[in-house]
Amino acid sequence: MSELLSRAEKSIKRGIKQSIKRSVKQGIKQGAEESIKRSVEPDRANDLQIRHVSKNYAQPSGNLAVLEDIGLDVAAGEFVSVVGASGCGKSTLLRLIAGLGAEFDGTIRLDGQAVAGTSLARGIVFQEHRLFPWLNVEQNIGVALRNSGLDAAQKRRAIAEHIELVGLVGFEHAYAHQLSGGMAQRVGIARGLVNRPSVLLLDEPFGALDALTRSRLQGELQRIWAQERITMVLVTHDVEEAVFLGDRVVVMQPRPGRVKRVVDVPMARPRNRSDPEFIRIRDDVLREFAEPGGLVDAASSTTVPTSPRAWPPHADTVDSPITSWRLAW
Amino acid sequence: MAHAADFELIESTRPALDARRASRPKPASKRWRGAVLPLLALALWWSVSETGISRSGLLVSPQQVWHTGIEQIASGALWRALSASLARELTGFALGTAGGLVLGSLLGFSRLAERVLGPSFNTFKQISLFAWIPLISVWFGLGDAAKVVFLSLAALLPVVAHVSDGIRNVSPELLEVARVYRYTRWQVVVRVVLPAALPSVFTGIYLALIYSWLATLGAEYLLVAGSGIGNMLIDGSEQFRMDLVLFGIVVIGVVGWALNAGARLLERRVFAHRSR
Repeated sequence: MSELLSRAEKSIKRGIKQSIKRSVKQGIKQGAEESIKRSVEPDRANDLQIRHVSKNYAQPSGNLAVLEDIGLDVAAGEFVSVVGASGCGKSTLLRLIAGLGAEFDGTIRLDGQAVAGTSLARGIVFQEHRLFPWLNVEQNIGVALRNSGLDAAQKRRAIAEHIELVGLVGFEHAYAHQLSGGMAQRVGIARGLVNRPSVLLLDEPFGALDALTRSRLQGELQRIWAQERITMVLVTHDVEEAVFLGDRVVVMQPRPGRVKRVVDVPMARPRNRSDPEFIRIRDDVLREFAEPGGLVDAASSTTVPTSPRAWPPHADTVDSPITSWRLAW
Repeated sequence: MAHAADFELIESTRPALDARRASRPKPASKRWRGAVLPLLALALWWSVSETGISRSGLLVSPQQVWHTGIEQIASGALWRALSASLARELTGFALGTAGGLVLGSLLGFSRLAERVLGPSFNTFKQISLFAWIPLISVWFGLGDAAKVVFLSLAALLPVVAHVSDGIRNVSPELLEVARVYRYTRWQVVVRVVLPAALPSVFTGIYLALIYSWLATLGAEYLLVAGSGIGNMLIDGSEQFRMDLVLFGIVVIGVVGWALNAGARLLERRVFAHRSR
């Protein structure tokens, strides 16, 4: 059924050229379709499909359910943010997509192919930069190309292009310890992108950076995404970051990890963090975390301090400090 | 790109500057502080022997040691002793390090080898090296063969321990990166494990060099035969020539210092780009 739907979608997508309507489905809320507008059409038609994914860890005290029946479709070229408290399994989900997790139930397909093990079609950026300390920037990006099948000249060109993409021209021969945290993470992003993957997975990539660098890199990531049109899935516990970057924000809840809600962000880019619409959506997402356990309805939680009226006036001159929006779990 | 460029200024210059500052050598005034104590000791020694407070034959003057040194160098006796000792130390060091690299790699890479050999090796490590001397002297005599065996043993232990530790402690995060980019087993070993283990391997080899020099003296004392710096000391003490003994000690110190400095220099060259 859902396969048929997605196939139908693809044919529609090819038919219409400008102002594409894309149906976006959610595994758990099947049938609930929403359309979003995007100015650019992705040149590939590779969808990421996550169906009924569950994962348990065997523990002495019994089975620990980390993920329960996760369903999510990510369209080609889409940016999806996954936000949730720590322990909600969002990173586990990302690792499963990357092919780094062991067994799980359900299916994850990229471009129709079931995920089994890692693949150069799925790039990943970790929270820590994970650069090899004995290699310089160029060589670290080259790590990703070792098994790419490109010849030496092609590799050199790809590396140079990606160094430029992440704004590190002039730092080709710097070693990891000579780079700031933000620059090291740029190298991580370049390494993740250099194979031109179908999807780039980002596991809290800016979580360890200071607020200023983080907001800069968020802007950079948005530019890179718009420029490269690669599907991206970002896992974060920073609600503002999720709303700032995502076409959709997937809210997860813990014990066991499930998708609680999917919030659309139908805003043009680049987004302004002090735009009233931005603040409204951000507060809407934040309200999902208002009560412990996060099980309360969004409508009935107007009394919690995360309600829009409780926030400082919607000044559109100054960006609100990013740190105050980070959920400190 | 203009947008990217303007914050590079803010983001990047600091660490680059810091790195340069850290690698800059210390000013000369600070570097010579370590020489103060030896110079004072030399001055005290010289004044004591000059003023004639001690007329005992147990205390010789610095000048006498100096003359003995000149004489030993001129006669070629020093060179004979030193070359014999150094040849021994380097042979033992090379054999022990080679064996240590093989055994350490085996223990680091193979879980089976670790389970079978690990406990025995750890027990073996606890036995004082000098406890092997009687056995070695019975099996290999008192000549060079026995000394080289003893030195190899001294060099082997630190290399095995550091090589296997270095291999086993490779960061799982980096191994995961290799997995993401579909490295083969061979690529993981050559491209990730070996470079990551290299600093630890180097520490093992460095310790082997120092240990084997210390053990050279031990071997020459305990397995007395042939020539060497150790034998020069023994001769000096037997002939009651404190000048010869003291000169021998100075030579041993200088050689140890040179080995240490050479290894450090090499290490700095090899790992110049790594953060320490």
